[in-house]
Amino acid sequence: MTAPVDTSDPKQLGADTDGTQFMTFHDLAYDAGKTVFQRKAQPVGQGREGELLEVAMGPQHPSTHGVFRMDVVLDGETVVKLKPVFGYLHRNHEKIAENTSYLGSMPYTDRLDYFCSLTNNWAYALSVEKLAGLQVPERAEYIRLITAELTRVLNHTCLAGFLLQDMGALGTPLMYAFREREKILDLIESLTGARMMCNYMRFGGCRCDLPAGWLDEAKKVVAEYPKFLDEFDALLSGNEILMARTQGVGKLSAELAISAGITGPMLRASGVDYDLRKVDNYGLYSRYPFRVPLGSHGDVYDRYMIRMLEMRESLKILEPALKDIPEGPVVDPKAKLRGFRPKPGEAYGRIESPKGELGFYLISDGSPNPYRYRVRPPSLINLTILEDMCLGQTVADAIVTLGSVDIVLGEVDR
Amino acid sequence: MDDGLRNELSKQGVVVVKLEELYNWGRKNSVWPLSFGLACCAIEMMAASMARYDLARFGAEVFRPSPRQADLMIVAGTVTKKMAPQVVRLYNQMPEPKYVIAMGACAISGGPFKQGYNVLKGIDRYIPVDVHIPGCPPRPEALIHAFMTLQRKIDAQKVFGPDRAHYFDASKPSEFPVPLFGEHDLVPPKNPNVWEPAVVVR
Repeated sequence: MTAPVDTSDPKQLGADTDGTQFMTFHDLAYDAGKTVFQRKAQPVGQGREGELLEVAMGPQHPSTHGVFRMDVVLDGETVVKLKPVFGYLHRNHEKIAENTSYLGSMPYTDRLDYFCSLTNNWAYALSVEKLAGLQVPERAEYIRLITAELTRVLNHTCLAGFLLQDMGALGTPLMYAFREREKILDLIESLTGARMMCNYMRFGGCRCDLPAGWLDEAKKVVAEYPKFLDEFDALLSGNEILMARTQGVGKLSAELAISAGITGPMLRASGVDYDLRKVDNYGLYSRYPFRVPLGSHGDVYDRYMIRMLEMRESLKILEPALKDIPEGPVVDPKAKLRGFRPKPGEAYGRIESPKGELGFYLISDGSPNPYRYRVRPPSLINLTILEDMCLGQTVADAIVTLGSVDIVLGEVDR
Repeated sequence: MDDGLRNELSKQGVVVVKLEELYNWGRKNSVWPLSFGLACCAIEMMAASMARYDLARFGAEVFRPSPRQADLMIVAGTVTKKMAPQVVRLYNQMPEPKYVIAMGACAISGGPFKQGYNVLKGIDRYIPVDVHIPGCPPRPEALIHAFMTLQRKIDAQKVFGPDRAHYFDASKPSEFPVPLFGEHDLVPPKNPNVWEPAVVVR
């Protein structure tokens, strides 16, 4: 019973860009003196070819987060080969968008990553604004920032619940997560009129202004959220079972993560300091100081902890932003809703969605609908290295690893 | 037995019910759904079973991952042509009596993705659907309403007599042919025993 994790110097982990943005959670759990189970890598598949078992997990499986299939080759309980099969939810998003107007595909972006429809809206609006050269009023930028961070909190809360459900904690963490999700959904619903499919952003602003009293409600939710996070941390983050199930599982090295194009919390869990909110400085993120949590081991536990810490950083952005929001118009008066025809050209807009870099690539030929419309889905690209993370581990660990990737099949298959 | 006598007996603490009523009362209060999410609606289905909406009040919180243990299939989301054979296969694997709720616009008709080349235009082309809930996605309250509608349907099913429920009749099909992905489309494109489109006379 020795701890398999090494406590290396956190300063070596990643490029510390501006000296203050660095954060590590080494002393939170790893060095707390907890015992974790030693995992031994087992030699697999040597001379036992006839004994391998091929299992198709999914598309109907309680732990595959939707209609995803993993074709797994097993030696006993060890994964020897893993082939992800997607396409069970291919809904022709890109093709439909190429045949409809620019604004007409805004509701379809809601259904990409159906947990975070507001960030999807923002990414699409951002790329169209780039294409058409539209300006966004300051109040609208504030609303976008606030809704995007609320969405990030919402997504990470739900992910923690789902991850724990994959580990066998049936119900309890997910119940707590959904209880908190409803509070944020109430805010989103009173703002946009829909719980999940918001369809809220417009090119050059937002669809409607905040309703009366919304900011006070939001402040209340934001002020109470750290209490829930403390509760969740006390329940889960130091939990011995969670640490035994997740530490050293599904390791991803920083080199592989970078070369595979992984983005978002998965990349940062491997210790790479890359957050588009800092890199691109889109929106108003440069006005609010926040730290980017970084992992050091790239395992499932790091990915879980990154999300827990990111929620706290999001709340740190939300708190002052809700106070600073100015009065003013929420949509650029020069932006046209009808007859919207951007000049020929191309644009790529990207934001840091809760799952990673979400980008929209648009080519305009001057007609009312895009000539080419391409989504860069973070879920799909983060999923491509699933086999590298799962080889040599047990099936139960493969499930947990998949859960930590944070996929949403609407975005993977589109 | 007339209602007056029954009321009189119940005042004395004697409850008299028909076997049919007892059977249906038990069935309608323990509907076990298949935990089977397809797309966005599955999140609202989960939300319905979670803390705020608490589907357990209706006896339907036991989501079973195996179709062999489930009574109800909630088709929650877009059924694509790649997924449709699996949905029908899962339906076939469920034991009778079984019920289907088509949740959301996509499961009913293809919804916003109807124009897509890969989207099935309604799951009721292949399996019989008991309750349709419109919405994109329907709110959890709408799903609860669908449950209550289904409960009323179960309550009204007859166990005896000539008009008893279809699943007592061995000659009625309880499994339906699984469509295959053909050269261009699913073959057959619909199951005529289940779905017959209305003929519009012009």
